[in-house]
Amino acid sequence: MAGRRHVLPGFGLGLGITLTYMGLLILIPLSTIPLKTATMGWDRFFEVVTSPRALAAYRLSFGAAFAAAALNAVFGLVVAWVLERYSFPGRRLLDGLVDLPFALPTAVAGIALTTLYSGSGWVGRLLEPAGVKIAYTGLGVVVALTFVGLPFVVRSIQPVLASLGGDLEAAAASLGANRWTIFRRVLLPRLVPAMLAGCTLAFARGLGEYGSVIFIAGNLPLKTEIVPLLIVIRLEEFDYPAATAIALVFLLMSFTALLAINLLSWRRSRAIGHA
Amino acid sequence: MPARRAASDRSHATDPAIVRWALIGVALAFLALFLVLPLFLVFAKAFEGGVSTWLAAVTDPMARAALRLTLLITAIVLPINVVYGVAAAWAIARFRFRGRNLLVTLIDLPFSVSPVVSGMVFVLLFGASGWLGPLLDERGIQIVFAVPGIVLATLFVTSPFVVRELIPSMEAHGVAEEEAALTLGASGWRTFFTISLPKVRWALLYGVVLCTARVLGEFGAVSVVSGHIRGRTTTVPLHVEMLYNEYQFTAAFAVASVLTVLGLVTLVLKYFIERRAAF
Repeated sequence: MAGRRHVLPGFGLGLGITLTYMGLLILIPLSTIPLKTATMGWDRFFEVVTSPRALAAYRLSFGAAFAAAALNAVFGLVVAWVLERYSFPGRRLLDGLVDLPFALPTAVAGIALTTLYSGSGWVGRLLEPAGVKIAYTGLGVVVALTFVGLPFVVRSIQPVLASLGGDLEAAAASLGANRWTIFRRVLLPRLVPAMLAGCTLAFARGLGEYGSVIFIAGNLPLKTEIVPLLIVIRLEEFDYPAATAIALVFLLMSFTALLAINLLSWRRSRAIGHA
Repeated sequence: MPARRAASDRSHATDPAIVRWALIGVALAFLALFLVLPLFLVFAKAFEGGVSTWLAAVTDPMARAALRLTLLITAIVLPINVVYGVAAAWAIARFRFRGRNLLVTLIDLPFSVSPVVSGMVFVLLFGASGWLGPLLDERGIQIVFAVPGIVLATLFVTSPFVVRELIPSMEAHGVAEEEAALTLGASGWRTFFTISLPKVRWALLYGVVLCTARVLGEFGAVSVVSGHIRGRTTTVPLHVEMLYNEYQFTAAFAVASVLTVLGLVTLVLKYFIERRAAF
């Protein structure tokens, strides 16, 4: 509030520490990405960011992150519903376990999922005869990103589900709606914004995810290579401009996608507000 | 987090039994495939060769070196994040100023950057062909592929954790008590340490717990700046990766089981702090 004298002390000190630290640790380092990219000419830039290998990596990263978010939307809703509405043995324990992907190091998740879903793993062994291969394919990337994104979606839906209470449903039921109609017409429209918000977080996290994916992905160029891995490979080849160019384009694409989702959910929640 | 409702409050769940059990079945199957089985698998594989093999893997000199490094990083990173978190939350939650919203967005920025990119920027700054590389080289200072680089990359990745928990807590608590203390003549620092900080202690602890979990487990950012020099720049997660890539699966899972236990401890702490819900 301009003009108002602050009663509390410490504004200058707090803001000073914040800006200095953030500038040195985050902003200056991040500025190296566009600046390093600028050292390469346009031609080379286009060649790098539109190379078949980079394009395949963008496709896989966005496709798998989207598929995982969609999977989490469906099953995350079921999990949130069951945890919020039903009583069954072990419910509290499972509820706590939903946060596991936040707490488990991604490398540990990566090796565990890979071993579980590989051809000789507990689950992979059952799927192999049916011709379904998960580890070392694009499906493996989806599995890892589903694991990583799960808590974002469930934890976004749960509070909304809890806040809905029984009044709305009781009212709808008294007006003659059956359970399915109540779910579809009364509950779902109120859950969709939270689902979208959770999926957006999961999607954003999935795009950049590295540790849990590289073990299960197989990492074949053009096939199962995610963008973060391609960046790492370019760095290891000391081709810094190529690494930053790919990173820059990837960041811009991610921000555009997230902005689009946010606009969509903003319009949706407005639509519900007017209903 | 809203207080948990008792089971009796779930009476509006009038779904037919068949729907109820079908949905519970789907949810359990999904959670089993993605959470429970991977968790069991870590311990099953870790103890596949018996307790002595497990013990050998976790007390191996390289594993101990990795653990020491990870603890060192944690000891450096946590206090810095607490100071930064308190300072930033104080400025943001207690004052209104131009650019405040931008600052809030920037604080979260590291969360929307891939860990790999978070590590990369320090290679670009301090690496041999980075901006400051030649300068550091002359003086014999090594940052990338050494401990300082790992510290910087971890700081970058974990910087939002403490602030994010503190801002809403400070905003919720208001400033009436602080203003009273100041009017009564308490100094700014005394007010801060005896009133402001104790009021947000649970939020601070919560942030520290989440931050610690991430420091212990950070992989992508650290992997880029570490150089994977065994026994010198390998943190515990990197040690797990190296063992796994060398097909020493039992040893990899043994060390991974230690990290998993720490992750489970995090969940338990998180649960208890959330139950204090006072913040």
